[in-house]
Amino acid sequence: MDRYAEQRLFGFLARASAALIVAVLLLVVGVTIFRGGRVFLTDPAVAITPPGSRYMLDGGGGFLHAVLGSLFIVVPATVVATTLSLSTAVFLQSDYSSERTSDVINMFLNVLWGTPPIVYGVFVLTVIIAVGAQTSLIFGIVAIAIFQYPIMTRYADEALQSAPDAVKEASYGLGATRFETARVTIRAALPGIIAGVIMGFARGIGDAATVLFTAGRSTQMPGGPFEPATTLPILIFEQAASFNAEVRSHAYAASFVLIVAVLALIIASKLLAGRYARFAPGGRQ
Amino acid sequence: MTHDTVIRTDDLEVTYTGKREVTALNGVSVDFSENKLTAIIGPSGCGKSTLLKSLNRLHEIQPNAEITGEVYLEDDPVYETDEPLPEIRRRVGYVPQKPTPLPVSIYNNVAYGPKIHGDYSREELDDIVETQLRKVNLWSEVEDRLDSPGAELSTGQIQRLCLARSLAAEPDVLLCDEVTSALDPISAEQVEETLADLKEEYTIVMVTHSMEQAKRLADDVIFLYLGDVIETNDARTFFENPQNERTQEFVEGHAAVEYDDGDDTAPDSTADAPPAE
Ligand SMILES: Nc1ncnc2c1ncn2[C@@H]1O[C@H](COP(=O)(O)OP(=O)(O)OP(=O)(O)O)[C@@H](O)[C@H]1O
Ligand SMILES: [Mg+2]
Repeated sequence: MDRYAEQRLFGFLARASAALIVAVLLLVVGVTIFRGGRVFLTDPAVAITPPGSRYMLDGGGGFLHAVLGSLFIVVPATVVATTLSLSTAVFLQSDYSSERTSDVINMFLNVLWGTPPIVYGVFVLTVIIAVGAQTSLIFGIVAIAIFQYPIMTRYADEALQSAPDAVKEASYGLGATRFETARVTIRAALPGIIAGVIMGFARGIGDAATVLFTAGRSTQMPGGPFEPATTLPILIFEQAASFNAEVRSHAYAASFVLIVAVLALIIASKLLAGRYARFAPGGRQ
Repeated sequence: MTHDTVIRTDDLEVTYTGKREVTALNGVSVDFSENKLTAIIGPSGCGKSTLLKSLNRLHEIQPNAEITGEVYLEDDPVYETDEPLPEIRRRVGYVPQKPTPLPVSIYNNVAYGPKIHGDYSREELDDIVETQLRKVNLWSEVEDRLDSPGAELSTGQIQRLCLARSLAAEPDVLLCDEVTSALDPISAEQVEETLADLKEEYTIVMVTHSMEQAKRLADDVIFLYLGDVIETNDARTFFENPQNERTQEFVEGHAAVEYDDGDDTAPDSTADAPPAE
């Protein structure tokens, strides 16, 4: 095969694989938005109506309990995980730890990253049983935060690493302390850090396995941090398995809400990251 | 040297450890006089940046640098001291070789030093920012966009911003590492003019690759070669009547080829190594 044929073949393969990915994605997102949108838009009130007492059986009321459950679990979890992962990521930089230390920590983070979320769910469940508690919202927060932590730390670490060393040098050269310098570096890495936080949030809000064992599959409005709760992915699973056709159709409405929320978040993060990217010093060291 | 010494090194030895151990400075003892501009010259990799950074311990942010010897800042030791490191670095400011804005607005770039070191009101900060930006001849170019990102300025403007930022921390000594090497000739000239003005008030230590620049600006010159000080003298004697043979070669070799140093694309290349001995 001559060089130009080689190039054409590769170009074809690259385009074909990109087209395949985009097509599959469009299909999944499109079908969800289309079918879900149809159900949802005929009766948008389902997302803000509390469930009836026998919701899973007769579809009376809506699924506000799961919308709220998702928010009450994932928002605090994201706040906790962001704080922890930023601190870890700063610690992993050379100002605080030696290369060997950060290599070892990174290895653990990779293992955590690759652990299936259901393992976290079971782990927290074990703790719940050990302390004699019941599944509740607060344990859902803990489990989701553990799940998000390695994801966000990886993003933050990589963003901080790729912030130019010259920024650090400039800050130290002005007489800044390590902490002040870390804040400057975080500022320089903010676009990447924001991407990580949003990624963690999106993964967290979409995950069912972690919440299933820890917050439960409540079909009532969340009653407080120590009461059971549920989230949209679990709800969708249960709705889809229901005998009642109306409940099954609600599964599409709930998916629509979930997917629109995630899309909105990703767009918001792009805008936000773009704003901060203007401040980042051009180019890398 | 007849003038008061502000900063001096005593047998400074810096080694970079690691897979390949490099001794960047072998026992350097030099003086820097008050309100003078001292140029450090020498071939690439001879330890100029290392010497500069060791004056305010900035090389310590590299985990593999080991140092012995001492630096005295107005007779106070810089290494064997209880004074916090940030305080030393405030007194001995550093302007990096690669113009790098902090990831904040133009205003906050300049206000950064004052903000971390002192407790100023908004009006006082406004005042400092304006004064320092005027000092580096940047004020008129940025006064109507102080809130836009420092990163959106041109390279030459950023380099002057970096100077203003260092001055705002009120240092006694200013370390400038090849501050014009990343600039086009016009911006380089502007920065040079700024430095010429500044040496009335500050003690400046400047690393440069350009003999011409050293001739134009320097009061004293230090010639480093492979980690050793070969010659140190006042600029006139240094250039017109070098005492050391190697200095002579270096000065002549460079004067012939270098006119105005606007380029420094490969600082670590061996292309501009001195003539073989
Ligand atoms: N972090 C480091 N680790 C290992 N070796 C280093 C490090 N920094 C500098 N060196 C080595 O120390 C020697 C002196 O370096 P330095 O940066 O001080 O040279 P320089 O005179 O400033 O060169 P240039 O003109 O190219 O900027 C060089 O041999 C360099 O390779
Ligand atoms: Mg250098």
